[in-house]
Amino acid sequence: MKRKHKRLLLVLVSLGLLGLGTAILLSAIEDNLVFFYTPSEIENKSIKNDQVFRIGGVVVNGTIKHSNSFSSFSLTDFRKTISVTFKGVLPDLFREGQGVIAEGSLKADGTFTATQVLAKHDETYMPKEVADKLKSSGLWKEKFSKNEYFN
Amino acid sequence: MVLNFFANPNRFSRISAKVVPWFGGGTIILLIIGIYFSLFSSPPDYQQGNAVRIMYVHVPAAWTALACYVFIAIMSAISLIYKHPLADIACRSAAPLGVGFTIIVLATGSLWGKPTWGTWWVWDARLTSVLILLFLYLGHISLTHAFDSQDRGAKAAAVLALIGFINIPIIKFSVDWWNTLHQPASIARLDGPSIDTSMLVPLLLMALAFIFYFITMLLIRMRTELAVRKTHALKYKMGH
Repeated sequence: MKRKHKRLLLVLVSLGLLGLGTAILLSAIEDNLVFFYTPSEIENKSIKNDQVFRIGGVVVNGTIKHSNSFSSFSLTDFRKTISVTFKGVLPDLFREGQGVIAEGSLKADGTFTATQVLAKHDETYMPKEVADKLKSSGLWKEKFSKNEYFN
Repeated sequence: MVLNFFANPNRFSRISAKVVPWFGGGTIILLIIGIYFSLFSSPPDYQQGNAVRIMYVHVPAAWTALACYVFIAIMSAISLIYKHPLADIACRSAAPLGVGFTIIVLATGSLWGKPTWGTWWVWDARLTSVLILLFLYLGHISLTHAFDSQDRGAKAAAVLALIGFINIPIIKFSVDWWNTLHQPASIARLDGPSIDTSMLVPLLLMALAFIFYFITMLLIRMRTELAVRKTHALKYKMGH
């Protein structure tokens, strides 16, 4: 075996091992890598009341209520729904059917009190006219009704 | 083999001198057309309005930053395995360009995040892995210059570049593997791009402009580095 072939083998084997090691490491700390849990995921996690974490889901139609500076709405992942209360300014993209992420904690009554609400926008980009046309012709894909949205 | 063909610095000098003006001219033309499409001849998004135009800088910069790193990683492997002198020069010349593109991605992403998500920055997997990319580039530059011997610096930096390569698939697939605030890919999807043609055209034009700019600057920087090394060698010869 020539020297440069030895070096080639060394580089390939090292990279392979490094990749394997990283994959094992990443899957081991997966819980710390996700940015938010979905409502149905929090059942399986042992989350204490008042522990701060993030919850992500779609704002359920007709559940948004505003009173004084408080807002409340329900978040769903189409398996489980959780109601959220929030005091503060909601992002511009916050609306019904929009994916949002709320940071806060669970209260004893099972509701979620958020200290921050972020809008999660999807990967679809189109002009308004196209969106309107799709909606009026019934071709609008209800992407939020799919689990794929939550990976 | 292409590798051996370009390993000859004189041949590289001759060919690069011819192609630099073409890539440079191409960059200017693509930028003019691309900016026109991005700012004037493309519609606002149905959800984001005009903020979507940030995408025409953000996404091309991200693609180029990743492409630049892949280039450095391949050249580092060639340098370590085959000891081609031009491969070291290529890595050394590309790294500062990668820093520039990565800073553009992070800055425009932050500016885009505030009006759409409602935050400048979050520690989600995509944003964090791109920040790590910036540190890898900076580390690469530091290591290149950390030794008295140029060759040892290049070797250390090449090892770092190869180790850091593991970050590239993490950046790419972070949005699929883990829940993130950042949305998944719009273009590289199995079911075709989820972006309207009127927005895809400016995006691809700008992406091509960024890649042309990268190639132009890379070739100019490599030619400069070659000239510097020739001057040093000449000085050394005359001094003895």
